[in-house]
Amino acid sequence: MEQVLRTHKITKYFYDPEKFQVLKEIDLAVNRGEFLSLVGKSGCGKSTLMYVLSTMDTDYEGELEISGERLTGKTQNELAKFRNEHIGFVFQFHYLLPEFTAIQNVMIPALKLAKYNYKEVEDRAYEKLKMLGMQDFALKRSNKLSGGQQQRVAIARGIINDPDIIMGDEPTGNLDSYNSQLVFDIFRELTHTYRQTIIAVTHDVEFARNSDRVVEMSDGKIVSSSSTQLAKPALT
Amino acid sequence: MKLALSIAKTHLLSKPKQTLVAMLGVTFGIGMFIAMVGLMTGLNNFTEELTMTSSPDIHIYNDITKERPTLLEQVNPSGMNVVLHQKPKKETPKLRNALQITEVIRKDPRVLGAAPTLGSQVFYNYGPIQLNGTISGVDILEENKLFDLRSKMKSGRIEDLKASTDGIIMGTGLARKLHVKTGDRVVITTPEGYTMTLKIVGTFQMGIGTVDNIRSYANISTVQIILQQDQSYITDINVKLNDLHQAKVIAPEFQAISGYRAEDWETANSTFLTGVIIRNILTYSVSITLLVVAGFGIYNILNMTIYNKMKDIAILKAMGFSGKDVKQIFMIQSLVIGFIGSLAGLVIGYFLSYAISKAPFNGGDFISLDHFPVNFDPKYYIIGIVFGVATTAVAGYMPSRKASKLDPIEILRG
Repeated sequence: MEQVLRTHKITKYFYDPEKFQVLKEIDLAVNRGEFLSLVGKSGCGKSTLMYVLSTMDTDYEGELEISGERLTGKTQNELAKFRNEHIGFVFQFHYLLPEFTAIQNVMIPALKLAKYNYKEVEDRAYEKLKMLGMQDFALKRSNKLSGGQQQRVAIARGIINDPDIIMGDEPTGNLDSYNSQLVFDIFRELTHTYRQTIIAVTHDVEFARNSDRVVEMSDGKIVSSSSTQLAKPALT
Repeated sequence: MKLALSIAKTHLLSKPKQTLVAMLGVTFGIGMFIAMVGLMTGLNNFTEELTMTSSPDIHIYNDITKERPTLLEQVNPSGMNVVLHQKPKKETPKLRNALQITEVIRKDPRVLGAAPTLGSQVFYNYGPIQLNGTISGVDILEENKLFDLRSKMKSGRIEDLKASTDGIIMGTGLARKLHVKTGDRVVITTPEGYTMTLKIVGTFQMGIGTVDNIRSYANISTVQIILQQDQSYITDINVKLNDLHQAKVIAPEFQAISGYRAEDWETANSTFLTGVIIRNILTYSVSITLLVVAGFGIYNILNMTIYNKMKDIAILKAMGFSGKDVKQIFMIQSLVIGFIGSLAGLVIGYFLSYAISKAPFNGGDFISLDHFPVNFDPKYYIIGIVFGVATTAVAGYMPSRKASKLDPIEILRG
């Protein structure tokens, strides 16, 4: 099984208000196409770990490798470029740019990457929106969309560059149960049909239980890592 | 770059009122700058032109007031001599070999023309009243070459002077005070007491009170007679150069050639030039103040925008925008505000200048002027826009840098 993300003894301290070890020698490997939930009590370090894994937080010890590329020690600019190409984000509070239309929001990371020309990017963005059932809202200003709709647009934006990993920080945390289910189903489809890798921090027990693998953290350590019974039904 | 541009555009257009206010700040700054510079430099140029038309680039004369070595120093050169209240020697202001000097100077390729003249204080008698004035003996055709007298004649022709032995061309201000007109006769008295009746063959107006109110022109020979001097009596040589800004360099050369004092126009008009400098300082300091105020406005508004857009900046950074890209987005915004604001400022400045140039203004006796002179030199419009854009760039840089340094995790974690 191909590993898309690997960490070696990741350790991190918070210094404010006093020195505190928030991550303790985390070793984690994630396979391609895996739908992984990161769970644990508040303050256990799961969000902190996710931001380290997403390359946005560079203040840690240990090593991080994504898609065979060692990312520890790279500059902020190099990491920004790497994120643009290899990592997609879905946040709790959607975080679309409010002045732009849905499709413009989806297009921004792809325009930044500049792998395709404008027309191709537009087509791809439309395709992704269609995949998420949002094609009818493509030309609507994003601040005119509902929460669930915004989150779906955000997912489309997260996958526009066909990233290696999608990072989710409480992706369903701000949604009602209907939209939560919708988002979950999309994630499920992305991993199983499109072999997309997803790492999601979540408090949602239902969400976690239905993902492929649950990694539970406590006091900065991984205490359990188990595949759920639903894992890879297509492969088993 | 293109993407940053389109994001910047969207930001600006989504808050049109705020953008407009920021632009207006720059517009007012630049508009006032253009209007003020136009008026100030217009006035400067106008007075400079007047001064230049009535004064020579280089004036050669015998400086009889200059210090001379005392007799005591000649007798006792090694001692420490103090002579208080040295009396001037009886010396005429005559330039020896004036005509030869003039010939030599005329041959210099940098010289446009040189005219020997002689001048004297005279009293113009008007009934029992005596008006103080001067009379210049000139070769009127040569003088015309230097100062373009022909275009300044209000009545009569300069050739009329050449043809008459007792004619004068009088300043309009002086003629008005004496209540005389062309064709009238006027009696003059020299400081030595010589009296003569002269005929006015024309009047001229230079536009400056200090000339028009006191000066008359006559032929060299006429003035030589008035002063009871011989035919070689010349007191001044006026020189016009092809490039008047070389006067300061050329004057010392002529001083060496002639052996007499050669004064360039900058030295002669130093008070006037000081005025120019002070006006320029005023103009620029007021304009810079206005622009700094506008700059603070932009700084404030961008700061506010960035504060409101912290989430957006964080998400852009998460999606792979580097600090530089983010900085670019906000710099573009401030530069667009600066550029459009300055452009509008130039237009407003132009209309203000135009309005000022049409405003009636009475220069009185001192300067003949009925409207404000305004300078529309494109140079100042270029300075204006460069100034405006530069100010906004500086004002926008600090908030933009702050945005580029923003740590996305802090915001995304909430």
